[in-house]
Amino acid sequence: MTDDIMEGGGKIKKFLYVNRRAPYGTIYALESLEVVLIAAAFEQDVSLAFIDDGVYEIVKGQDTKGTEMKNFSPTYRALEGYDVEKLYVEKESMEARGLTEKDFLVPVQVLTAGEMADLMESQDVVLSF
Amino acid sequence: MKLAVLVNEGPYTHQASDTAYQFTKAALEKGHEIFRVFFYHDGVNNGTRLMVPPSDDRNIQKRWTELAEKHKLDLVLCIAAAQRRGLLDDSEAERHGKDASNIAPGFRISGLGQLIEAGIQADRLVTFGD
Repeated sequence: MTDDIMEGGGKIKKFLYVNRRAPYGTIYALESLEVVLIAAAFEQDVSLAFIDDGVYEIVKGQDTKGTEMKNFSPTYRALEGYDVEKLYVEKESMEARGLTEKDFLVPVQVLTAGEMADLMESQDVVLSF
Repeated sequence: MKLAVLVNEGPYTHQASDTAYQFTKAALEKGHEIFRVFFYHDGVNNGTRLMVPPSDDRNIQKRWTELAEKHKLDLVLCIAAAQRRGLLDDSEAERHGKDASNIAPGFRISGLGQLIEAGIQADRLVTFGD
């Protein structure tokens, strides 16, 4: 990947990764996280949003033994080490699922749907998974 | 305008790849530049040369390959997504001790960094898929 790192050409853009799906059942959440980890090497302005079932991706206490899926949730705690610290959860999605901020593995900022829309509007590149 | 395209779904199951192809073709015909087409998730399956659709239907792989040849398009399959799903070029097949490769002409396999670079370099990154 070292070649890639040089190819950004010094530009810094605002990247928002929108996570909309449950962590298991489909591969989107896992492969989204893989993009975020690679992207961290590019020194861009990175934010993550969790909406809809995506809020389940960062819920504490995930246990995947019964389904033989890889539990990748500890990786979200490593994001801080990659300077990925702007994590946003949509309030409506969180509340509709009976969750509170205390249920999450990582510190998050809770935004209303309207605030989330403003956040998306302010970005250069929005990747939705 | 300089555009980049992200294809997130496989061929035939979803129309996303068809729409991405039509979009890319139309953009090129209008004189826009396509910086790169990046295939992720099941989208990597668009790049297998082993697909054999019925003869009265479109051949999605061949269509991409021909467009790439005509316009010198950069078609990139994500290596991590490709390996999971059994998409290999010659060197990857050799490296992993597999007896064959299946990547189609006009496609290449590379890292996710190529997607990020496309996002940085292009004026717009357009996603196709759910």
